[in-house]
Amino acid sequence: MSKFKKKKSSELPPVNTASLPDIVFMLLFFFMVATVMRDSTLMVSNSLPAADQIQKLDKKDRVMYIYAGKPSSRYIDKYGDQPRIQLNDKFASVSEVAAFVLAERASKRQELQNVLTTALKVDGETNMGLISDIKQELRKVNALKINYTTRVGEYSQNID
Amino acid sequence: MARRSSPQVNAGSMADIAFLLLIFFLVTTTIETDSGINRKLPPMDELIDPPIIKERNIFTVVVNKYDQLLVEEKPMEISEIRQAAIEFLDNGAGIGEEECSYCKGNRDSDSSDNPEKAVISLKNDRETSYKVYIAVQNELVAAYNQLRDREFRILYPNLGLSFVEANKRYSDPRTSPSEKENLKPKLSVVKLMYPQKLSEAEPSKTN
Repeated sequence: MSKFKKKKSSELPPVNTASLPDIVFMLLFFFMVATVMRDSTLMVSNSLPAADQIQKLDKKDRVMYIYAGKPSSRYIDKYGDQPRIQLNDKFASVSEVAAFVLAERASKRQELQNVLTTALKVDGETNMGLISDIKQELRKVNALKINYTTRVGEYSQNID
Repeated sequence: MARRSSPQVNAGSMADIAFLLLIFFLVTTTIETDSGINRKLPPMDELIDPPIIKERNIFTVVVNKYDQLLVEEKPMEISEIRQAAIEFLDNGAGIGEEECSYCKGNRDSDSSDNPEKAVISLKNDRETSYKVYIAVQNELVAAYNQLRDREFRILYPNLGLSFVEANKRYSDPRTSPSEKENLKPKLSVVKLMYPQKLSEAEPSKTN
């Protein structure tokens, strides 16, 4: 009887979990390396329009971002519901765009200063007037390379 | 002398700590990169002598404040604009020096002479919505891409790539430098055959 019992207990050894931390660490390092932190919190609603004839934006260090759209719901009381520009972490007026571009340009390395792209991340519901104003400001400071950032999709998604 | 062995550290909670960090990074990760339509703005200083462009070499697209399209003075749906732009760019009515040998258009004398002269002018109102504007831009870029794809496949059938695919391969950092050197002249040949002359005029003021 005792012989029989002994045999049964050795049939199902507990699973060795000693290598579990190793696996988890491996995943952890992957995500740590792949992570890009959101550098600015969005204060405007930002549902980008769809397009399919698009090109990838080059490396992150050559891009400066200008956001525009209606203020998010928690800022509506303070800033109204008209589309506004967001630079870094605060709302800005059109006249501040030029100064922002110059400051961004000065903060980049010398060899990158001439190849900077301005990514316009604009909400689909914005009027073109605001975007034209931004474009005029960009032309004033000679930041001519722009990118209308979109999401991937058929153009027909833009038309209701 | 009896050596006292140091007590073993209990590593049982290591997995928990690692999991906590893992979940944090999982949540904050955004792997996807941004993409969009690249454009180049015209420089600010006005040309003293703007070049004279013939009326038939300009393809006018107007988007009004109700997001309606007027193409060459005729109302149009967005779905038709790609084909209309292709017909305009590929028309090739020029004769003599201005002849376009690779164009497959109708050679209509009221439309563009050759793709090098053809200019698409996109005008919008201040109250045009951005998403419709992007849809129109997208379709106009698509017209250029479609023509470039066609010529790229005719000129370099051995590559088995379209212009857009080849361009993507060229700008991909993983592509080897030798392949990039190989692609670069081919891409620029096709780009010169159908140069992207898309002018974004300043918006008209509404009263």
